[in-house]
Amino acid sequence: MNGDPLVEVEDLTVSFGAIEAVRGVSLAVSPGECVAIVGESGSGKSVTARSLIGLTGEGATVGAARLRVGGQDALAFGERQWRQVRGTGIGYVLQDALVSLDPLRPVGREIAETLRLHRAVPRAEIDGRVIELLREVGVPEPELRAGQYPHELSGGLRQRALIASAIACDPELLIADEPTTALDVTVQAQILRLLDERRRAGTALLLISHDLAVVARLADRVLVMKDGTVVEEGPTGRVLTAPSHPYTRALLAAIPGEHSRGTRLSATSGHVRPEPRRAPGEVVIEARGLVKDFRGRRAVDEVSFELRAGETLGLVGESGSGKTTVARLVLGLLESDGGQALVEGRTWGEMTARQRREARRHVQVVYQDPLSSFDPRFNVRRILDEALMVGGVPRAERRDQALLLLDQVGLDGGVLERRPRQLSGGQRQRVAIARALAPRPRVLVCDEPVSALDVSVQAQVLDLLADLQAELGMAYLFVSHHLGVVHHVSDRVVVLKEGRVVETGDVGQIFTAPRADYTHELLAAIPRLDRPSEQAGTAHLVPAARPRPTTEAIQ
Amino acid sequence: MTAVTLRAATRERPGVRPGVWAAGIALSLIVLAAVAPGLLTDGAPHESDALMALQPPGEGHPFGTDAIGRDVFTRIVYGARQSLLAGVGATVLAVGAGTLLGLLAALGGRVADEIIMRLTDVTLSLPTLLLALLVLTITGPGTLNSIYAIALYTMPSYARLVRVQTMVIRRSGHVEAATSLGLTRSRIVLRHILPNAFAPLLVLATIEVGTALVAASSLSFLGLGARPPAPEWGAMLAGGRDYFSVAWWVAVFPGAAVTLTVLSITVVGRALQRRLEGRDR
Repeated sequence: MNGDPLVEVEDLTVSFGAIEAVRGVSLAVSPGECVAIVGESGSGKSVTARSLIGLTGEGATVGAARLRVGGQDALAFGERQWRQVRGTGIGYVLQDALVSLDPLRPVGREIAETLRLHRAVPRAEIDGRVIELLREVGVPEPELRAGQYPHELSGGLRQRALIASAIACDPELLIADEPTTALDVTVQAQILRLLDERRRAGTALLLISHDLAVVARLADRVLVMKDGTVVEEGPTGRVLTAPSHPYTRALLAAIPGEHSRGTRLSATSGHVRPEPRRAPGEVVIEARGLVKDFRGRRAVDEVSFELRAGETLGLVGESGSGKTTVARLVLGLLESDGGQALVEGRTWGEMTARQRREARRHVQVVYQDPLSSFDPRFNVRRILDEALMVGGVPRAERRDQALLLLDQVGLDGGVLERRPRQLSGGQRQRVAIARALAPRPRVLVCDEPVSALDVSVQAQVLDLLADLQAELGMAYLFVSHHLGVVHHVSDRVVVLKEGRVVETGDVGQIFTAPRADYTHELLAAIPRLDRPSEQAGTAHLVPAARPRPTTEAIQ
Repeated sequence: MTAVTLRAATRERPGVRPGVWAAGIALSLIVLAAVAPGLLTDGAPHESDALMALQPPGEGHPFGTDAIGRDVFTRIVYGARQSLLAGVGATVLAVGAGTLLGLLAALGGRVADEIIMRLTDVTLSLPTLLLALLVLTITGPGTLNSIYAIALYTMPSYARLVRVQTMVIRRSGHVEAATSLGLTRSRIVLRHILPNAFAPLLVLATIEVGTALVAASSLSFLGLGARPPAPEWGAMLAGGRDYFSVAWWVAVFPGAAVTLTVLSITVVGRALQRRLEGRDR
């Protein structure tokens, strides 16, 4: 193998009808190299990757000054040649392994099909090779797993199976499109390690991600995309420490974590520190030995904590740790099988229906998926109207109040007559927050409120929540799997694992001197900008990753 | 990525198909006949002329005349009201009662659910017409009674649909959000569960109007619904049966009226369904 690029594209343009999704993108990936494309949703990063394997889809017009795949001119490729390239020359790993694997076939058969189609190994050796591949990607008990269906595997194992299928024919280039986005941090760390091993073995890697920290760990070079064009390109270390484009700087500044505590994440209004947090007041929510079983399995086991007025308590854990169940118990939406959830000193069980409604008014929620939390028939005006009614606002004043609420969350009255479906993800979450504010709550339970958002929108929403807390003095119970976000917002943190509290403490103590092994493990798994890649661990990028004063707004 | 979604969103909506147009026009005419029959015909439905008995379709009598010389066309026009009323009436009654029972079954606890669901099982296990005959034997024949009978045996399917819809919707995110907002239970049911459970029912009901209409005509045909000399399509069909070999038009045109009505209701209903589902996607 020589040092020529495996894939080379110059001045790539992809358009769908009149819409140009990608404009003038050039990139090259050589053997053993990892190139990353970073951008937010709609930036054209996935379309770019797909055009390298001829999978842009119907209705797309692809143009390029040069498109070479494996030394051949791919501009003239027909469907037949593309099929040959996919699988043998280039492996493609998609984000969501559950939808990318055939639900009606054991994963072993899926991998075997790739081998059979491309005649990679003699027919008799296929089964053996499948097991070998699964073992290579770190699937434990590969003989057992090969016979299982995708839904029987965990997210991490599914992603590994998908990678096994992509590398089945030993491709020279592996394209991974958001390979870890749906995964927990510890699993993410394992997958990234696996990809890194492939790269060291000589495979070229094209990594697509919205997460700069994930990229920092693996990539040699980074391309930052925005609105279909590459705004910045360079060696990973340089792009992360000395970004030249304002958009890259804004992206870096928007990443929440230790360095960003007490500062603003979005660049829209400078970074004024919100008022100093008030001293925590009386206990508003208390969990006392909460227990919840689902079908004989203990989902929540003896969970206790206190939330005091005006503070933010982070509830952090991986998927399946029971954090959302705890939130629902606290909200009185689920009955506990043991222990108690107290709101302002009273348990849900001892309250009458009327008192329960009154208590609910004081404890409002913001969900991860705002869209499903709105009645699909309601427009924004009706959503807020109902919430204001709960807050006891007379009908005649509700319209003005609704406008005030929208103003408070940074929206204008123009959205009143629109349905949530017609709003962007960030706008929807703002409407959800406005609805939660309407009854003037004392506590806001935020259940993964920013997990579905792009990093710049996430930054704006986190800033908004910080402003509202400073202004209204609400207490937040902040549920998240994202350690950086929890680090950024919390005063105190509760770490959950398999339904149990592993550790509770001040945010500083948890993140700098964790006592529990599991917390150590979690923290070690976070991809961080200051550890760009394990072998080159000398470059410490933290200072530059701190928010810089920028005046440019992120669109 | 955005480009792809945008493209899908701006893709032209398929226009209304010609078949749907034709059905819509036919249905409008039938409704017009039911509301204002005088606009479509000059004659009177009970006006008989023994000398003009069993005249074939021709000048003055586009659909011919029946055994006692009444104009078949005029009687069909006047019969539209009876038939539509029976179809729509039975459906409205069935939807109303079915919705109530379905909600009760889904929200009223296990005992209510068991009782209501076993009752619907019993009703659904009986042959439909047999059940209607049973009811009419007890209550006696008549237009109103046949509407009750039809409503009774179409109701269980609505009750089941509403029950299932309600059970799904009460667990959905927006109902949980409404609960945690602190809304009263009655408001959650009336404002958030019922309207959302009702939407798919509306489409089903539109299509079912046709089925109910056929059922009402069948009962009249058997002499259990509208009685002669009322101009009702089923009853007219029954009256024409005896003369079928000599005067086909007496039976065929009322039959065709039933077919056309059911067909256009179904086509319009399905088009409505496609529209609604398309919007929901």
